[in-house]
Amino acid sequence: MFGYSMAEIGNIVVMQGFSGLSMFTVLLLMALGLAIIFGQMGVINMAHGEFMTIGAYTTVLISKVAATYGFTNYYFVFAIAIAFVLAFAVGYFIEFIMIRHLYKRPLDTLLATWGLSLVMQQIFRSSFGAKEVSAELPEWMLGSFQPTPDIDIPINGVFVMVLAALVTFGVYMFMFKSRWGLRVRATVQNRTMAGAVGINTAKVDRVTFALGCGIAGIAGAAFTTIASTGPTTGTLYIVDSFMVVVFGGAASIVGTIASAFGIAQAQSVLQFFMTSSMGKVSTLLVIVTILMMKPEGLFASKLRK
Amino acid sequence: MSTLNRRGFMKGALLGAMMAAGLISGHAFAADFPTAKVNTTGLAVTDTTVKVGILHSATGTMAISETGSIQAEKLAIEQINAMGGILGRKIEIVQEDGASDWPTFAEKAKKLLEKDKVASVMGCWTSASRKAALPVFEKDNGLLFYPTFYEGLEQSKNVFYTGQEATQQILAGLDWIAKEKKAKTFYLIGSDYIWPRTSMKIARKHIEQHLGGKVVGEEYIALGDTQFGSVINKIKLKKPDVIYAAVVGGSNVAWFKQLNAAGLNSSKQTMLTISVTEDEVLGIGGENLAGFYSAMKYFQSQDNDSNKKFVEAFKKRWGKDAVIGDVTQAAYLGPWLYKAAVERAGSFDVDKVQAALPGYEFKDAPEGPVTVEANHHLTTKLRIGQWGKDGQAKVVYTSDYIKPDPFPKGYQ
Repeated sequence: MFGYSMAEIGNIVVMQGFSGLSMFTVLLLMALGLAIIFGQMGVINMAHGEFMTIGAYTTVLISKVAATYGFTNYYFVFAIAIAFVLAFAVGYFIEFIMIRHLYKRPLDTLLATWGLSLVMQQIFRSSFGAKEVSAELPEWMLGSFQPTPDIDIPINGVFVMVLAALVTFGVYMFMFKSRWGLRVRATVQNRTMAGAVGINTAKVDRVTFALGCGIAGIAGAAFTTIASTGPTTGTLYIVDSFMVVVFGGAASIVGTIASAFGIAQAQSVLQFFMTSSMGKVSTLLVIVTILMMKPEGLFASKLRK
Repeated sequence: MSTLNRRGFMKGALLGAMMAAGLISGHAFAADFPTAKVNTTGLAVTDTTVKVGILHSATGTMAISETGSIQAEKLAIEQINAMGGILGRKIEIVQEDGASDWPTFAEKAKKLLEKDKVASVMGCWTSASRKAALPVFEKDNGLLFYPTFYEGLEQSKNVFYTGQEATQQILAGLDWIAKEKKAKTFYLIGSDYIWPRTSMKIARKHIEQHLGGKVVGEEYIALGDTQFGSVINKIKLKKPDVIYAAVVGGSNVAWFKQLNAAGLNSSKQTMLTISVTEDEVLGIGGENLAGFYSAMKYFQSQDNDSNKKFVEAFKKRWGKDAVIGDVTQAAYLGPWLYKAAVERAGSFDVDKVQAALPGYEFKDAPEGPVTVEANHHLTTKLRIGQWGKDGQAKVVYTSDYIKPDPFPKGYQ
């Protein structure tokens, strides 16, 4: 078939299947933090990518420390934890000084957070230099896993996949099984009533925003294994993140997962059969068409209009 | 904006004192070249100074690449000043930020030429920024020294191109890999904009018509795309002898990391790239590049004397961790070529300067001697470097001198 043997085609199908799944988990990890901030709170956070960059730079710095003190093999665990804490803290602070004053003016948050993203990019550039840097990866994370001699499964792809599953599970537990999640959902549904029954809505907002930022930090840390770290790295992710969240239906985390899966599979398959940029364009066309028919996205929460 | 820094000033002062004491001789003194004679068109040239512009992106996406060029140009200018300047006049730098925004480059070029009246400009990096600023340079009859290797198809009397045009970088590299690796099948991959597309067009023609090879795939990646899974699988299916790559920016880093993770490292796959210099290696990581080849006219590891001196001076000025890529070295040539041109012309007038430079051989260029041709490009050699884990390339091949041919017949 097409001049290739069945074995070759079989191998490619396996690897192509994996790369589709791998892209799905990358998109999911990108979009989860935003799904919380944009989806649950309605804040259009244009600086989402820069919170990922915080995570990425944290990983690079910790990899340097690890190289000095000789714990390169497992520094990633620390890097991810610290990336989360740092991005969470910065998010908490930003909510306090900026976002909370703008909840009633959603379009102004768009402008304000875009300004914030430019400020953060210049801070990265001034403190870490304009050039790209890279985290030294531990030996076990390099290369590929080979179930047969002709099939290569990238180990860093598996790593991102496992991490995405853990984070998604964590977010699910937090939103649907914890008191905090209950308060968040109550506040989203009816702020006044939530306040009336004694929920500190201002604090809920702050923690929710910071949590979204913290997850972005984790995503940024994980992406150092597959992509670049530089002052403008965040801009590579922001468009895809919004696309996933909007397509999935802003208020639904299940929607985000479904949308990340759909976009990843479409893009992965189309890029295989067309050229790379045409594959991307075709995916976008499909998304635009679907959004024209279903403006609320795939999984809109049911509201009485 | 920025003028001489304190250190440069101290050096200059010291040199001045030495000159006065008669320790150094043979330099041109301003008194021999009265300002009224050497500057008849109202440029910012006084009895003691000449203003030169630097126009690069210090902020925005392109700052990643352009910072090295700014550093090299400043270093060259400081060294020229320490030697007594040009025709006895110290260079005063007027630096403007193009901010990675092409219209801004045009606007700042206009400011430099019309308000500051700079005698020449070292600047621009991307072709887009050069194309935006070019009409300004042509209208105001300015002089631009442009450092980046680029797609060719351009020649202006107001621009000197100190990097290579496409045929200089591409043809000899493909010849080498076809001969050395007995390569017959090629997979072309590049970012989706003018430079990779023009370069790949030339590469495809050369492979099909001159090397008797076959292009088994040609692929362009949207700028900023970081997912290469499907592309890599396509390459695995086609099994090309050589991947010929021109991916840039953040995509470039993702491309090498994912290629390696997918099992295509240099022991299984030969790759020749025209978009990786020492600057990019920092982001990609030496372990992901080890064994692959780059085609450039300059590598930091070259061990000729002029390069050793240059690398040492560069690290002394900008820190021991500073790396020098192809374009950084080309940017370093700009001020030196300008100095030579003015001295050959005996004047700062743009028309005389631009007429005086062609034919000049710059013997002390770090890359080795280069000659300025009548088409304002340089005759240079091409080198193939093989990357090591330490982020430095070992030069495995040096071509003969290649004349620049910005409008190649049969390749358009």
